[in-house]
Amino acid sequence: MSLPQPKDPVESVKAALPTAVLDVTAFRGDTTLVVAPEQIVAVCKYLRDTPGLVYNFLSDISAVDYYPEYNRPGRFGVVYHLLSMLYKRRITLKTYVQEEEPVLDSVVSVWPAANWLEREIIDMMGIDFNGNPDKRRVLMPADWNGHPHRRDYPLGYETIMFSFNVEEIMKHKPKATE
Amino acid sequence: MTLMTPDKSQENQQPTQWEGSLEELKGLVSERAFTGETMLLNMGPHHPSTHGVLRVLLELDGEEIINLLPDVGFLHTGIEKNIEHKQYEKGVTLTDRMDYLAPMNNNFSFCLAIEKLVDLDVPERAQIMRVICLELTRINSHLVWLGTHALDMGAMSVFLYAFIQREKILRMFEMISGQRLMTSYMRPGGVWRDFTDEFYTALDSFLSVFPSKVDEFQRLLTNNPLWIDRTQGIGIIEPETALAWGVSGPSLRGSGVNWDLRKAMPYSGYEQYEFTVPLGEHGDVYDRFYIRILEMYESVKIIQQALKKLPRKGPFRSENRKFVPPPRAELGRSMEAVIHHFKLWTEGFSAPDDEVYVAVESPRGELSVYLHGTGGTKPRRVHFKTPSFMHIAAMPVMSKGHFIADLVAIIGSIDIVLGDCDR
Repeated sequence: MSLPQPKDPVESVKAALPTAVLDVTAFRGDTTLVVAPEQIVAVCKYLRDTPGLVYNFLSDISAVDYYPEYNRPGRFGVVYHLLSMLYKRRITLKTYVQEEEPVLDSVVSVWPAANWLEREIIDMMGIDFNGNPDKRRVLMPADWNGHPHRRDYPLGYETIMFSFNVEEIMKHKPKATE
Repeated sequence: MTLMTPDKSQENQQPTQWEGSLEELKGLVSERAFTGETMLLNMGPHHPSTHGVLRVLLELDGEEIINLLPDVGFLHTGIEKNIEHKQYEKGVTLTDRMDYLAPMNNNFSFCLAIEKLVDLDVPERAQIMRVICLELTRINSHLVWLGTHALDMGAMSVFLYAFIQREKILRMFEMISGQRLMTSYMRPGGVWRDFTDEFYTALDSFLSVFPSKVDEFQRLLTNNPLWIDRTQGIGIIEPETALAWGVSGPSLRGSGVNWDLRKAMPYSGYEQYEFTVPLGEHGDVYDRFYIRILEMYESVKIIQQALKKLPRKGPFRSENRKFVPPPRAELGRSMEAVIHHFKLWTEGFSAPDDEVYVAVESPRGELSVYLHGTGGTKPRRVHFKTPSFMHIAAMPVMSKGHFIADLVAIIGSIDIVLGDCDR
């Protein structure tokens, strides 16, 4: 069985989707493609389906918050880690999301594995994914206030509920959604 | 969790790329549930066969599962958030608490990420010691899985036999790290302390008897007609579906996909060891069971090879004093050592404002760590993608159409740990 020759992912994506790649960075031997947010689904699909690339396995989606430094093009970064089992290599895609409108397109239609990974980001980082079919909170309770993994969310300091302050606490707790 | 009512406006959307439908990902019960034609049944979170606190909402037609909605998060302890507020080395102790059956694997993956981020070397001998610990952890985890999996399906005695062997491993962990469960033995740059003499003795005697004990487990289960009836043809997942859903580890290999990170993308010197990767062909509960049984033999082989290569004396942690504190004995002799000791335990070491990603093969599957530094002494973000999380997400694909009693077998066969899932 002969495999198609492996292609250089950076050059291929640049050639096929010229507006998609904003930047290419390398750190400790890992290549990261900074992708335009509106093109993320197209890039993922291209990387999955092109012979010579075949990034068939979605390893991880994680999000990072650049608060309070704001030393990146957007407040949030969403990072996709893809794995090509055929060629035994990985690639990282990164998109920046603005604080005012934290919305991205969902890649669930490319890999169903993205469903829960995106749900986790919706839950913990408060970035919305257009087209994700199941946006309920996954780790935190459904009536939770805020997104714990944001850097401006404090660690701890939740008021403990006793009988004398239960009414006070329930007053500012949001009602459970439908 | 509350039920979501079907949204009429989205029903006509056609999924274009992926062959499955987005409809089935919605986390909805079918409309038949609202007419009372099918029954909704809550299973868990306090159910002995859910291996922790997993809640599943089942939609049943008689005994048959029409739909299954997993609900997780009961064990969420904010480990990722907590690590953001700790120095790098102090975060290691928290990683034990995620997958409490394979603590060394979590320690190791986090240390590997730190080492990659700050470009820290690990001595050859420490890498071999790490491999020994990782494979012991794999056996430990598989033994708990085997015992509880069989217990769920009514085979009580396997549980007791498996836990006798597991106890020996826990004692060995105590000999090297002082802790049975939450070892925190791996540290950035190597391991905490050298192996003790009693550990070598205990390991030798364990390795000499353990393969025969696995034979014993096999005599109880592998050809047992009851076991075969309960497991073969149950919970089948096709290789393409498994890949699309991010299933990894023994659960993926049960479907016949030859993918083991230790072989394919070796780390910590795994390329120097000879071992085979057992593969299934049907992707059912039995294949996943049999692969884990065979993996225990392979782990023993790896440990034996590693013991042969391991010199009894030598460095077990990096000498780079900017990241690794000096040994206690040096503090009385060297001013430099005192300074390093003080700096590392008060301030900690700094890491660049950049990101790394590492993945290791944990007993359950691909465990990966995404670590982002700030330029200071604490990480900006650490994210663990844990195999249990992905496997629970893929559970509905395996279980639809089976009986409710088979669900217990399926939950056991994907080897989930809820601490690993919820972090």
